[in-house]
Amino acid sequence: MLAQDEFPNPWISVDYVRDNADAILAATRQHVTLTLVSVALGLLLAVPLALLARRFRRLETPVVGFTGFLYTVPSLALFAVLAPYTGLTATTVVIGLTAYTLLVLVRNLLAGLSGVPADVKEAARGMGVGPVRMLLRVELPLALPAVVAGLRVATVSTVALVTVGVVVGHGGLGQLIFSGFNNNLYRAEIFTATVLCVLLALVADALLLGAERLLTPWARR
Amino acid sequence: MGAPVSLVADTAAFLLDGETWTGSSGVPARLVEHLVVSGSAVLLAMVLALPLALWLGHVGRGGLLVVGLANASRAVPTFAVLVLLVATPVGFGDRATVVALVLFAVPAVLTNAYVGVRDVDRDAREAARGMGMSGWQVLRRVELPLALPLVLAGIRTASVQVVATATLAAYVGGGGLGRFIADGFGRGDLAMAAGGGVLVALLALLVEVSLGAVQRRVEPGPGRRPPVATGIAPGQV
Repeated sequence: MLAQDEFPNPWISVDYVRDNADAILAATRQHVTLTLVSVALGLLLAVPLALLARRFRRLETPVVGFTGFLYTVPSLALFAVLAPYTGLTATTVVIGLTAYTLLVLVRNLLAGLSGVPADVKEAARGMGVGPVRMLLRVELPLALPAVVAGLRVATVSTVALVTVGVVVGHGGLGQLIFSGFNNNLYRAEIFTATVLCVLLALVADALLLGAERLLTPWARR
Repeated sequence: MGAPVSLVADTAAFLLDGETWTGSSGVPARLVEHLVVSGSAVLLAMVLALPLALWLGHVGRGGLLVVGLANASRAVPTFAVLVLLVATPVGFGDRATVVALVLFAVPAVLTNAYVGVRDVDRDAREAARGMGMSGWQVLRRVELPLALPLVLAGIRTASVQVVATATLAAYVGGGGLGRFIADGFGRGDLAMAAGGGVLVALLALLVEVSLGAVQRRVEPGPGRRPPVATGIAPGQV
């Protein structure tokens, strides 16, 4: 038996939460910020990439292949390779996490756009809708369910991945998990942070699902 | 912090240094540690998940459970599980690492194999039945061969994920190539951390590409490609 087993070290402790409310809140806030920034940047990059791949068919394989290549690189390795350039900063974490969202976002955008029925586009064209309006008013709204499905997967994975940011000192709730590890395996700290992390993922998923329902009233059955 | 050019040089210097490659903390020794832990985890996950997945797919039940498990595993941070396990009686060391890795390999193996068997063409299944095959024979001679590409896709996905998670294990006292990253960051030697990052990335890509090649070999011709040839990816690690 290890020494710490002789001392009470409960998994759940109200005292821990009360005494460390500020630190928990700060870590949660960092976690949410890192997730939001990374997923938003990912979407901002994925849309032009997907449109490019759709416009120039020959680019589709390299674009999807490149995002797949990025996805295969383990996050810890990517942070380690980035750190000499971007330092032990939140930027390192955001670059890495953004890179990971690209695969699923680009793939789902392409799938969503190619799923828009041809006769709908034909009808819009017949009504005099130009290419930009076609994209914004016809194609993207119809692709929305696929895009949101991708966003949900990307967001949930990102929430989990933020914890690895601990290696460069910006891991949101991962900071608490690691400090609990270093603090003689302080179970309450480790467990509270883990539960909050999973809860964040579930809440984010539910919010995105709700947003999709609101944005696509026609899909309601 | 120096200019990027010298950082590339520093990283290269670390990777080319003879010392990096020798001894019990050299790259070959760390690679063996990494592969032994990862390999045992993938094998264990296969032993646990494949029979269950094949059976569930064969009888066409438990879909909600399988998909739910895959989704839930995406929301749980691997890093948290590694630390949580160390704080339980499982404790430190390779055993804890393997347990954590198995936990994260099972959903990928399970989901893909389950979907592969479940989605086998009804006609093929009924034809086999009509030829007088028993349920076991249908599974072994019809469903399993047709599901093989997806079964392998699951194993490939799980392997890449396990190799990645095994890296993280260095942070809870494990060995493997992750040590270079953990020690590099620990000592403020970013060239060492980056060198370790390059090695780990190469290993992950190598596993992905080689298992992808195996998977393509068993895939049916282009005309008969199953709808989900790439498999179902779980979360990144």
